Amino acid sequence: MKKNSVETPSTHTIHKDPGARKEKTIHIVLLLAATVSLLALFLITAFVVGEGWPVMVKHGPLNLILGTDWTPSRLSFGMLPQLTGTLLVTLGALLIAVPLGVGCAIFLAELSSEKVANLLRPCISLLAAVPSVVYGFLGVIALVPLLRSTFGGSGYSLLAGSIVLAIMILPSIINISEDTLRALPIDYREASLALGSTRWQTIWRVLLPAARPGIVVSIILAMGRAIGETMAVMMVTGNRAKVTGALLDPGATMAGTIGLEWSYAADEHSSALFALGTFLFIVIMLLNGVAQLVTSRGRVSQ
Amino acid sequence: MKRFLVLLVSVLALSLGIAGCGRRSGSLTVVGSTSVQPFMEMLAEKYQSENPDIQVNVQGGGSSAGVKSAIDGIADLGMASREIKDSELAEGITPIVIARDGIAVAVHPENAVSDLTIEEIRAIFAGEITSWEAIGGVGDIVVVMREEGSGTRGAFEEIVMNKVETTKDSIVQGSTGAVMSAIAGEPNAIGYISLANANATVKLLDVNGVETTNENILNGSYAIARPFSVCTKGDATGLAKDFIDFIMGEVGQQVLADEGLVVGK
Repeated sequence: MKKNSVETPSTHTIHKDPGARKEKTIHIVLLLAATVSLLALFLITAFVVGEGWPVMVKHGPLNLILGTDWTPSRLSFGMLPQLTGTLLVTLGALLIAVPLGVGCAIFLAELSSEKVANLLRPCISLLAAVPSVVYGFLGVIALVPLLRSTFGGSGYSLLAGSIVLAIMILPSIINISEDTLRALPIDYREASLALGSTRWQTIWRVLLPAARPGIVVSIILAMGRAIGETMAVMMVTGNRAKVTGALLDPGATMAGTIGLEWSYAADEHSSALFALGTFLFIVIMLLNGVAQLVTSRGRVSQ
Repeated sequence: MKRFLVLLVSVLALSLGIAGCGRRSGSLTVVGSTSVQPFMEMLAEKYQSENPDIQVNVQGGGSSAGVKSAIDGIADLGMASREIKDSELAEGITPIVIARDGIAVAVHPENAVSDLTIEEIRAIFAGEITSWEAIGGVGDIVVVMREEGSGTRGAFEEIVMNKVETTKDSIVQGSTGAVMSAIAGEPNAIGYISLANANATVKLLDVNGVETTNENILNGSYAIARPFSVCTKGDATGLAKDFIDFIMGEVGQQVLADEGLVVGK
C-alpha cells in the first residue's frame, strides 16, 4: 500500500507530461542512429582488415609497403608503386588546388561584391556535384590529348590525375576557407586598416594567419578526398604499376588499383587488394585525425 | 506417430518418383578450364531453367584437369580452352568445339603498320621492341594492356606471350572500351581487345598475314584464337549428350555469341 502511494505520483506525472515522453523517444531514436553509424564503421573496418589479413601475414606489412613489384599473376604484391603514385597525384593536386582555392576564397570573402559572390558560390557548389566519372571522361577526352600534344608521351599520366583531382577538390577548399574568413571578427579588419595598412596587407598579414586553422582543415579534408578518389583517377593515370618520381609518367594509385582489379581478383589477389584498402584506410584516418587536432587547437587559441 | 510419418514420407517419395518418370532428371558434373567456366555457368543456368530436375555442377581446375577428369570418369564433361593433344585423343576423348575465343590486335587508324607476326607482337608486349621504326612505322610504341586478372589478358598471355612476361611500361585500362579509346586517341598505341567488341575507331592488324575475321578464326588460320571445347570419354550419351545438344543448339550458341565468342561451323 505504501509502495503504491509512493510510485503512483511519479508515473502519473510522466503520463501527464507527453512532452517528456516525446523527448525520451527522440533521445533513444537519435542514440540508435548514432550507434548504427558507429557499428557500420566498425564492421567495415573489421571486414577490410579481416579480408586483407591473410596476405599481410603471408608477406609481412613492411614487405608489402616497400615491395616495388605488383604482379598478382605471380603472387607478387609490392605496393610501393601504388603508394608513390597516390602520394604524387595527391601532392600535385594540392599544389594546383590550394593556391587557386584559397585565392578564390579570399576573393569571395574579402574583395568581391555581394552580388558577384552570390553568383559564384552556386557555381562552385555545382562543381562539387559533378559525378567523378564525368570528370574522368572529360579527362580522357580533353585533358589527356592536351597533355600529349604539350609534353609528348601518351598523355595518360599522374599529372592528368592531379589536374582532374585539383578541380574536384576545389569546392571543399573554397567553401571551408571562405567560411573561416567570413567568421573572423570585423574588428580585425578595422583595426588593421586603422593602423594604416593596405587592404592586401590586411589580408596577407592579419586575416590569413587568423584563418589558418580553418584553411588547414579544408586542405586536409581535400587531401582525404583526393587520396580516396577512384574512378576519375583510374581513367586518366594509365595505371602503370611501376615506381616513378615523374608527374608526366603514367602511374597507379591505391584506390585506382582496387577499382580496376577487384572484379576479376580471386583468392590471394583479392586479399591483397583488401590489404591495399587497409593501408588506404589508415592513411585517410590519420589525415582525419590531424584535421580534428588542428580544429580543436584552433578553437583553443581563439 | 513415427510410423505414420514414415508411411507419409514413403508415399510422398513414391508419388514423386512416379510423377518424375516422364521428365529427365539427374545431375551432370562439368570440370575444366577456368576460361570456359563462366560461359559454362551461363549455359548451365539456362539449361537448368528449361530442365528443373537436372543439376549441372560446373567446376574449374584448368583444361588439363578437365580433360583428365573426363578420361577418368570423374566428370561427365571436361572443358578445355586449348587444342586437345594427341595423347588425350588416344585415351578415347571426343572433343566438341562449342565456340572460339578470338583476340584482335589493334592500333591507331593512321598507323602505317598493318601486319605483324606473332613473334613481333610478343616482342612488343614484352617490351623488347619499343619503337615503331623497327617494324615499319614511326614513333615510340605505347603499349596498352588490360588489368591483371582480366580474361582477355589471360587469353592473350596464354596464346601470344608463351610464358614471356609482359612489360610494366604500359598503360593499363579496365575494359575493352577504355583500351579502344586509349588507342583511338594515341597514334603510337597498340593494344589487344576481344574481337566481338572491336569497332571502327581502331585498326585491327593482320597477324602472320591473316586478316582478323570471324571466318579466319573459325577455320583456324588466325593465330590469336583458341577453341573452347567440351569433351567426353567416347561418344556422349544420355544427359551429357542432351546438354551438349543444348549448347550446340540455337539457344546455347546464342548465349555464347552474346558473350563475345565466335560461334558457327
